[in-house]
Amino acid sequence: MHKGKVSLSLLAILSIVVAACGTSATPAPGASSSGLPATDTTVYPRAQTLYTSGKQWGAPPTWNPFDSNSAMGVVGLQYETLFLYDPIKDVYTPWLASGGSWDSTNTIYTINVRQGVTWSDGSAFTAADVAFSINIYQNTTLGSDLFTFVKAVTVDGNNVVVTFQGTPAYQEWMQDLYNMPMVPAKIWTQYNNADIFKFLNQNGVGTGPYTYKTAAQDRMVWVKNPKWWATAALNLNVAPTYIVDIVNSSNNVALGELLSGGLDLDNNYLPGIAQIVNGGYGITTYYAGPPYMLSGNTAWLIPNTTKPPLNDPAFRRALAEAINPMNVVVTDYGNIVAAADPTGLLPEWSKYIDMAQVKSLGATYDATKAKADLAAAGYAVGSDGFVTNKDGSPIKLNLEVPDGWSDWMEAENLIATDAKAAGINIVPSHPAYATVVNDEKGTSSAAPTFDLVINNDVQIGSTPWVYYDYIFRQPQIAAGPARNRNYEQYDNATAWALVQKLDQTPTADLADMQKICSQLQQIQLTNEPVIPLWYNGEWSQVNNSVWTNWPSSTSTVSAQPATWNGYWQMGAIFMLTTITLKTPAS
Amino acid sequence: MRRYFGRKLFTYLLTFFVAATIDWMIPRFMPGDPVAVLVAKTNGLSPTAARAMANYYYNLFGLNQPLPVQYLNFWNSLLHGNLGLSIYGNGTPVIDMIWGAVPYTLALLIPAILLSWWAGNTFGALAARRKYLDNTILPVGYILTATPYMWLAIVLSFVLAFSLRIFPMAGGYGFNLEPTLTWLFFTDLVAHWALPFLSLFLVMFGGWAIGMRNMIIYELESDYSRYLAALGAPQGLIRKYAFRNAMLPQITGLALQLGVIVAGALVTEIVFSYPGLGHLVFAAIQNEDYFLLQGIFLFIIIGVLAANFIVDIVYVMVDPRTRVAMRGGTA
Repeated sequence: MHKGKVSLSLLAILSIVVAACGTSATPAPGASSSGLPATDTTVYPRAQTLYTSGKQWGAPPTWNPFDSNSAMGVVGLQYETLFLYDPIKDVYTPWLASGGSWDSTNTIYTINVRQGVTWSDGSAFTAADVAFSINIYQNTTLGSDLFTFVKAVTVDGNNVVVTFQGTPAYQEWMQDLYNMPMVPAKIWTQYNNADIFKFLNQNGVGTGPYTYKTAAQDRMVWVKNPKWWATAALNLNVAPTYIVDIVNSSNNVALGELLSGGLDLDNNYLPGIAQIVNGGYGITTYYAGPPYMLSGNTAWLIPNTTKPPLNDPAFRRALAEAINPMNVVVTDYGNIVAAADPTGLLPEWSKYIDMAQVKSLGATYDATKAKADLAAAGYAVGSDGFVTNKDGSPIKLNLEVPDGWSDWMEAENLIATDAKAAGINIVPSHPAYATVVNDEKGTSSAAPTFDLVINNDVQIGSTPWVYYDYIFRQPQIAAGPARNRNYEQYDNATAWALVQKLDQTPTADLADMQKICSQLQQIQLTNEPVIPLWYNGEWSQVNNSVWTNWPSSTSTVSAQPATWNGYWQMGAIFMLTTITLKTPAS
Repeated sequence: MRRYFGRKLFTYLLTFFVAATIDWMIPRFMPGDPVAVLVAKTNGLSPTAARAMANYYYNLFGLNQPLPVQYLNFWNSLLHGNLGLSIYGNGTPVIDMIWGAVPYTLALLIPAILLSWWAGNTFGALAARRKYLDNTILPVGYILTATPYMWLAIVLSFVLAFSLRIFPMAGGYGFNLEPTLTWLFFTDLVAHWALPFLSLFLVMFGGWAIGMRNMIIYELESDYSRYLAALGAPQGLIRKYAFRNAMLPQITGLALQLGVIVAGALVTEIVFSYPGLGHLVFAAIQNEDYFLLQGIFLFIIIGVLAANFIVDIVYVMVDPRTRVAMRGGTA
């Protein structure tokens, strides 16, 4: 009996061995001809492997670069873009393009296609590939706005010429230049149809420094492409032979793996990381001191401006004055984030902030002033100490953040406490993420129902236009999953006209951009359609025991320390070319 | 015999129908729209792109149809062995995701259940007659059985994985390995399996040991034991009879416990990021993945029912009274 059970157990163990082997993927094509001995290996030596985590919340589902749910690094490591953009220095670096320029009338854009670049299958990267990769956005399944302002994309020798309909949307175009993945036309022509997302593209052909190695439920593995063009052209060499990106696990596992050196780079929010950085564990962040992290996006308090009293700019103004973001920064985050500017623009966009105007119009924390402003606007204090609506009915505002987002859950409590001091009754709540999404976007049958939410949907990019589009977008998008702009439902035709004008201002025209931004800021600061709270960090903590020389504020090379979507082409790729092994060998 | 199993089979089929229907209903009563969650996760999309993506997913998952149609579709595809497409997996067939995870869960559960049951009963029976064992195993058993699976898992993970570094902390196999039929991979797999197994084994072991120890004491005090003793039967024989009688409630207990044990395995897998069904359930809930969630639950329902059925058969084999009853006699 006993013997039988033991052998049954052994059998069960054996079954997972076999099952696990069954899921093993075939090695990347070209592995045999690459000449790199490591490509067919099944054990990655520690000194050749970079372990990362933070981008993937589930098993890598697709390697299709047009699907924004694709595995970590599909765009950036495998597929590359025409330009890179460095948000810290506000500089575009020619990448798969060797250059690009507007004609003298600023209406035609010419892309010079880099010569000598090869796809990972050995074939040449051509201007036809570039034109195809831009034209693919005419496929309505991809839902791109590109061809609302682009007229035609044509090949002209080694160049690609782009013409526009009317005034080009310069800001959007420049952003697209470093976000559109370049794919080989010969492979993608056959998939460019309504089912383009169904093409999973495992083991695809790209130009980037890495190719597909394997994937499993809990990981994505890339292997170095020995034929990467930038090694010869730009003298760049990515240090790790393998990159293993681990699907996010619980905080305790992530922290444990980071501290024990099982993980080199972690792009998750880890509570209390400041103490660990200062505790001598060999863990570092971008800045050695507060705010430790670069800023990735702004966390906004979004009022539902269709509901009283939140439809009253005076009330919103008082609300903005009642909240002290420094409470959240210090008490909740332990100084790993920074309080937001009254305009909400990220530090990288500070040149677009009209400082003098912010000083005169910007709301700053002042509970006494908030109280006075509420009284002046006609909000009387009721018997319970909270202000009431102008008709005397009580005000009770429900503030929602997703359950389990511990930092935001603490933040909403602090916000409610601050508001209470000014006489505003905010009830913090944390329903499931799906409920918050439902309440803030509405559904096909119901309008958005929220009072207040915290939202940070729009990320850093090359232009502050993305923020103003996020705040002022018109016309209102129908309720449902696609509703991801103007959550507060604020209608201001003047502001929207300015946002469009900003979009149609050439990026080189700094003075004009500043002028329009200043006008938008005036509307924003006097009406407070959304209230900026703090800059959410570009969460990044690294272990220095195997790899060192990570991006930091003191690095000579400007690089972003993040593996998230969009960051590779914002300079995170230079992180891979600058890190070095701490101890060679092993 | 046929009537006994026929009745059992009917009960099982009815249970399955009800359970599968509830299983279909529950995720649909969860607030929120799974496609909205899927689209919201890809923040930074333009509204046009978000709309295109949402439409694509509504069509893919058939969520744009009325609920009764969705229910009929569910049974229709279920009878064809199709559990639908996973939202969390971006359209991967649910059945593929489940098959990828099942070996890990079974490899944890089967050895943990059988070994803990065997070890618990053996030690419990021994403890009933030996003072020093009773004084050690009993309190340890009480502590173990009262320990939540998750808590024990975290303690084991902290002590044996993080502090002492004897075992790996998480995952099904090393992040530096690809699955191959090699000794290195096999040992690595076992090392990753050890801690989740141990945390399940220990908690269950405690329960069985206590149950058996109490049962043996009860049986040894019963009339037939005293009668045998009065007849001068050797102690060994009496204990053998007592053990066999004490076994019956333990077998029933095993059948009753199966569901709880599966739930325990789920939380254990989450703590160790072990890529089994528990891990998938967690992901499915977080992503409002109706299809994956109902697929896994269906799988668990079938598993628990099948295990109960096996226990029923075993019961017939070990308890002569059931056999007599089936032939129409009275025990």
